[in-house]
Amino acid sequence: MVDQLRSTPTGGPNAGPGKGAPLVLQIKDLGVRYGDKAALTGVSLDIRENEIFGIIGPANAGKTSFLRAVNRMDEFDSHMHVSGEVLYHGDNIRNWRNPYAIRRRIGVVFPLPVGLPLSVYENVAFAPRIRGVNTKKDLDIIVERCLRRAALWDEVKDRLETLGSLLSGGQQQRLTIARALSQEPTILMLDEFSIAVDPVTTMRIEAVLKELKHEMTIILVTNLVQQANRLADRTALFLNGRCHEIGDTQALFSGHVQHPETKDYIEGRFG
Amino acid sequence: MFTATSLNERNDQVQRRFRLLFLVMTLLLVLPVLIILTLLVVRGAPAISLEFLLAYPKSGMTAGGIFPALLGTIFLVAMALLFSVPLGIAAAIYLSEYAPDNWLTRIINLAIINLAGVPSIVHALFGVGAFVIFFGFGTSILAASLTLAIMTLPVVIVATRESLQAVPQAFREACWALGATKWQTIRRIVLPNSISGILTGVILEVSRTAGETAPIMFTGAAFFLPFLPESVYDQTMALSLHLFVVATQVPDVPDHLPYGVALVLVGIVLIMNATSIGFRTYLRGKKKW
Ligand SMILES: Nc1ncnc2c1ncn2[C@@H]1O[C@H](COP(=O)(O)OP(=O)(O)OP(=O)(O)O)[C@@H](O)[C@H]1O
Ligand SMILES: [Mg+2]
Repeated sequence: MVDQLRSTPTGGPNAGPGKGAPLVLQIKDLGVRYGDKAALTGVSLDIRENEIFGIIGPANAGKTSFLRAVNRMDEFDSHMHVSGEVLYHGDNIRNWRNPYAIRRRIGVVFPLPVGLPLSVYENVAFAPRIRGVNTKKDLDIIVERCLRRAALWDEVKDRLETLGSLLSGGQQQRLTIARALSQEPTILMLDEFSIAVDPVTTMRIEAVLKELKHEMTIILVTNLVQQANRLADRTALFLNGRCHEIGDTQALFSGHVQHPETKDYIEGRFG
Repeated sequence: MFTATSLNERNDQVQRRFRLLFLVMTLLLVLPVLIILTLLVVRGAPAISLEFLLAYPKSGMTAGGIFPALLGTIFLVAMALLFSVPLGIAAAIYLSEYAPDNWLTRIINLAIINLAGVPSIVHALFGVGAFVIFFGFGTSILAASLTLAIMTLPVVIVATRESLQAVPQAFREACWALGATKWQTIRRIVLPNSISGILTGVILEVSRTAGETAPIMFTGAAFFLPFLPESVYDQTMALSLHLFVVATQVPDVPDHLPYGVALVLVGIVLIMNATSIGFRTYLRGKKKW
């Protein structure tokens, strides 16, 4: 049924990688359950290389749970159970003997920035260090590059040794983006990154994401419908733990929807 | 703008009365401590000298110093910690960071908390049964310090676990999301941020262990020994037991002697506690969130 949904009218000039693009992730019948309570059921979708895939939907829709399942975070939460398949370049990540390998390929940015209790520099150097980069020279290069790409370098280059948690909220959010980039991920997942960020910084980060798209695949969970419109090549609407509709962003936002609820949600007439 | 109504005034009065009540309670609490300390210092200070600390007891323990007892206490505590600290910290790390949240873990946690509340005389009897008799260590330093270790273990575990759990879960999740293993997360983030609490717990534990009498009385502490122990299989004197002995068991002890012993024991405990507080303050200054 979801396969039908995927064949919504294809979009305008800015549409991302086309249907033939290689698939980074294939999600098949994904379900997430916390204890006895289902948070996500029957989600099937594909994510293409170098696209920004937007996920919108009201609170409680299971968006965060989706990201957690893709990252195998259920291993750290004994109440969380995942069913279905997540194929990374055709490989089921459940079967990877080394879950750290999948997490190193996928960078995550949480809604509320969590600065590790380390300096700005060490926050960004953390991931390279744990994968074995140890020389100061290499780390310096990585730290500067990641901070630049997260549009933070100019603001912190003189205080790399201060604690990450002493930065302002918006700066911390960009620090977590820099940290996610320091993993050199192939997929970057952002969960409502703009919650703690002012509009100007949000715009700067959005510009960064458009750049990053050429190097990696981005999954963007957002509460701001217009943010999905601005950034996403394709957008999925999650509703009550299901993937309600998937389509090219331009098509969805110009009213080519399969379900009336999608149009209502996009136009803010929901609930 | 704001005028006090009669209700405000009454609330204010009530609040002042309660404050006074709590203040009086606090003073009542401090009073006995002050009296004990004053008494100890006034009566015990004349006994204290370098010779008192470094000489053997003489004339049937009615004169001389406390050297073997002092050394014995230091020995027993150090050895007990040698066993209980590594074991306790490792167990706490497992329970807090690795163990799945299931009924077995919960039972273990409950058992540990209960173990911490077991009276020390019970630990003493366990020590006699297990170390003195079953393992055949005899009444010895080894048996006594193992008994002390068993007694301190639950407290070390609880203190460590609490310090570990004070580190926000969000830090762990952020590390895991970066692809860090559990151990990398523990070593680079969790331990550095909980070490102050762990060490404080351990030091407080030392001061408690130093004063314990029951667990060592039957397992390795001697009434009187005219020589120092030569190995861990020998018995040793200990301050706490020595105090008990000179205060109640030996006739014709001059008044200042037991007070002197008590002062030294309390002094050790106070120094340890002060160290622990100083340490905590120092490390808290460096706290990173
Ligand atoms: N760690 C957890 N333990 C138990 N239940 C959870 C956990 N995380 C999420 N849930 C439950 O799963 C359901 C879906 O939550 P989820 O966080 O995936 O929603 P969301 O779409 O991200 O919502 P929001 O837009 O508010 O972030 C909710 O009912 C929530 O209570
Ligand atoms: Mg969410």
